[in-house]
Amino acid sequence: MNTTNGLVTGRVHSWDLSTGVDGPGTRFVLFVSGCPLRCLYCANPDTWRMRDGRPFTADEVMAEIDQYRPFITTAGGGVTLTGGEPLLQPAFTGTVLRRCREAGLHTALDTSGFLGARADDALLADTDLVLLDIKSFDVATYRKLTGGELAPTLGFATRLDHLGIPVWIRYVLVPGRTDDAAAIDGLGAFLAGLGNVDRVDVLPFHKLGAHKYEALGLPFPLRDTPGPGPDLVERVRRQFHAHGLRAH
Amino acid sequence: MTTVAPTDVATPRTEWRGLAGERWREHVDVRDFIQANCTPYEGDAVFLTGPTHRTRAVWEKVSALFPEERRKGILDVDAATPSTITAHAPGYIDQDLELIVGLQTDAPLKRAIMPNGGLRMVETSLQAYGYRPGPFVTKVFGTYRKTHNDGVFDGYTQVMRAARRAGIITGLPDAYGRGRIIGDYRRLALYGTNRLIAAKRAERALLDARPSTEEVIRDREELAEQIRALADLARMAAGYGCDVTRPAASAHEAVQWLYLGYLAAVKEQNGAAMSLGRTSTFLDVYLQRDLDAGAIDESRAQELIDDFVIKLRLVRFLRTPEYDALFSGDPTWVTESIGGIGADGRTLVTRTSFRFLQTLYNLGPAPEPNLTVLWSPRLPSGFKEFCARVSIDTSAVQYESDELVRPLTGDDTAIACCVSAMAVGKQMQFFGARVNLAKALLYAINGGRDEMTGEQVGPETPALSGEHLEYEELSAAYDRMLDWLAETYVGALNVIHFMHDKYAYERIEMALHDYPVHRFMACGIAGLSVAADSLSAVKYARVKVIRDDSGLAVDYETEGEFPAYGNNNDRVDALAVGLVETFMAKVRKHSTYRDAEHTQSVLTITSNVVYGKHTGNTPDGRRAGQPFAPGANPMNGRDRHGAAASALSVAKIPYELARDGISLTTSITPEGLGHDPAERAGNLVGVLDAYMACGGFHMNVNVLDRATLEDAMNHPEKYPELTVRVSGYAVNFVRLTREQQLDVLSRTFHGAL
Repeated sequence: MNTTNGLVTGRVHSWDLSTGVDGPGTRFVLFVSGCPLRCLYCANPDTWRMRDGRPFTADEVMAEIDQYRPFITTAGGGVTLTGGEPLLQPAFTGTVLRRCREAGLHTALDTSGFLGARADDALLADTDLVLLDIKSFDVATYRKLTGGELAPTLGFATRLDHLGIPVWIRYVLVPGRTDDAAAIDGLGAFLAGLGNVDRVDVLPFHKLGAHKYEALGLPFPLRDTPGPGPDLVERVRRQFHAHGLRAH
Repeated sequence: MTTVAPTDVATPRTEWRGLAGERWREHVDVRDFIQANCTPYEGDAVFLTGPTHRTRAVWEKVSALFPEERRKGILDVDAATPSTITAHAPGYIDQDLELIVGLQTDAPLKRAIMPNGGLRMVETSLQAYGYRPGPFVTKVFGTYRKTHNDGVFDGYTQVMRAARRAGIITGLPDAYGRGRIIGDYRRLALYGTNRLIAAKRAERALLDARPSTEEVIRDREELAEQIRALADLARMAAGYGCDVTRPAASAHEAVQWLYLGYLAAVKEQNGAAMSLGRTSTFLDVYLQRDLDAGAIDESRAQELIDDFVIKLRLVRFLRTPEYDALFSGDPTWVTESIGGIGADGRTLVTRTSFRFLQTLYNLGPAPEPNLTVLWSPRLPSGFKEFCARVSIDTSAVQYESDELVRPLTGDDTAIACCVSAMAVGKQMQFFGARVNLAKALLYAINGGRDEMTGEQVGPETPALSGEHLEYEELSAAYDRMLDWLAETYVGALNVIHFMHDKYAYERIEMALHDYPVHRFMACGIAGLSVAADSLSAVKYARVKVIRDDSGLAVDYETEGEFPAYGNNNDRVDALAVGLVETFMAKVRKHSTYRDAEHTQSVLTITSNVVYGKHTGNTPDGRRAGQPFAPGANPMNGRDRHGAAASALSVAKIPYELARDGISLTTSITPEGLGHDPAERAGNLVGVLDAYMACGGFHMNVNVLDRATLEDAMNHPEKYPELTVRVSGYAVNFVRLTREQQLDVLSRTFHGAL
């Protein structure tokens, strides 16, 4: 039953299919446009501005997703909304999540949580999994790294716990920025206190988006920052393990 | 028609002890034997064992020869002896250690010459490695004995020669063995040559009653040759101390007999693909019988398979460096088909299906034998997970849809080469290489003139003269050009196979087939994605023609956007499907040699590089000389929505219109499948299930290892399509800077260079 307005329009950057990296299984990944944060390491600066996206109605997006439904269903997977920040367009995001849910597809929302307050309970009720990007557990670092505040994200994480929505934490590891052992321990303790964290993905910082900055005529602030070595990645994973968390 | 064995051959009571079933005892019917005796296995891989000291010792001894072979091109060759089943004395790696014996010549990796295919090919190949044919060879094949190659060129028309020279029809087996004929080598183990010869005599006797037409005379002669070949096989086997006149009595003998049957074929035929068939579940019956009797243990069972596979890895042919360049390496396509589901719904997966895959761990990864899993979502989950794990660890497994194959060729189907399905021992094919559909489109634009040379190769028709290409006009011209191409092509194949039967008949492989046999004429197309995208450009964007002084269209300028094949977009995918449909229909209009059934493939292995080299600029924006995509793959870099979208475009090509196979190659990094080994295997199983459930036919799964990525850094031209997917972002590997590539490498394989 279609209980939503299929004509609600969103700004979309692109979509593709991936396996094993954007939630469980093979997934249709919708990159929506627009993000309130400006993370220094962002790999997708071309999704920052909402007006750069192409307008799509929810119906049009669903028609595209529908083409992959047999594949996704057989492969085991679902749909992931990412961006950009999907919660910058909550009506559109909520509608797509609802429609996917109605179509029997597993739904995942990839968000920084910064705009968590814009996700109403109905939207979250249609979300099977939240991929929550916590950029740092240190307020000052978070602000410096993203230009935004940490508190809304932590508040959102707590709310998801109360609602019983499973969460995969995404933690981008940047040497010299997010590798502070004390901050990571703090985050580990916080996450261990929640009952809904299925796993923590430690994502080594990469510079594969550097050419996008060039194309956009923007400076890439972390151009000269190296990726983390394997030892550092392993240390951080172990820190999360120490809090009883499943970390990859 | 099934072969009837006469009753005057005594029933072998000892060899067949404990075996069930009736029909296969009276008739040559290996499928019936398998159905009556196989033990499906639904468990996981924990029962498998590693290599024994003996296996390691044999493998190390022969592996030690590989570096010298690589350095010299070939290790050694017997340039004086035209190879036959019995031409060479027995050869060994280490006679005391080997369980399964038999080599193509009297020493490992020493190659043989097979001049029946063509003397020039032998001479050129020998010369390339610093050898000359012996005087006897030159005398016999230069003076007294005509070859396949000589015959073909006597039969070719001027138009066929021109089409071949221009590269619009290429890769034709007119100077080398056609291959792709799978003898049912299992028959030797199950029946022995006495029984098989008796059955062939019975078939031959029936022909005495028929009028002596050309067709019947040829069949009589061929059956006589087959009988002679079986006798030669028995003599060759006797040289190794094996009495294959009787059935195999044990698992050890079954593996040995089967291998000797195959060995006879590769001693006499240098076929483009010398595939093995579907042997693992057949052999499992014997292994299980000996295991149940306590005669062998699991370690011994694995050892027998390991030793067999070592032999298969040593198959070598003498070929020219040009041939190896076309096919990238020194391939033999010893394809073994594993798994699948029986017509009764039981799986045909047995423990020996696992044992074959286990050789990739016990002996290390290798491209040969070409292990091919007949995949169905209904396969037991333990087997599916093991396949996925082996794929991820070795990239050495390919997959074909059992659900598409079984309804058409039955549950005893094997794959020849890469994607050619045939019922073992009942069907064979005339391998036909392929035509270049992209080049044909350029011929349509240029009125039959070649865009590279200006030569009039196709029929002289009015060239398209407008400033821009008009879709309707181009379609009509293309259709006429494809009419000519199909006619020329099928004609050339008829010539080739007439002559191959006449001068280089596969007597031992055909002796291991039923009489009469069902024949396919296996045509093929290349450049599908280039042709489809070019049509899409003309249809949906505006394509301006650039002509040279002679009026030849040599380049194109495209304004506007057009959908590209590989994005699961029906507007262009329908053009690709339409091309496949059209060409199949055109091929079917022309009668074939020996009434072979027309089929076609959408397949290239690596020859897409050479086809690209011989094709000028195309309206899709591809530059002259740029490689085509392999097989039915979308053009590199034009699929923008990930591997699944790309695969779904390919899955739209109906198998019924391309029954000789539709090939898709995908490359992924381990991280592009998930975070840990279990998750990766699970996700790969899901992708294979989904692709096959959506109608996909074949998938090559390359899970990239560190060495491949390093090679891609140094030779980016070899890896234009290599995509690396990280969370939220996919990128073309060869377009990254060196620093970024190193970054990906260290992230993917956890360790700095």
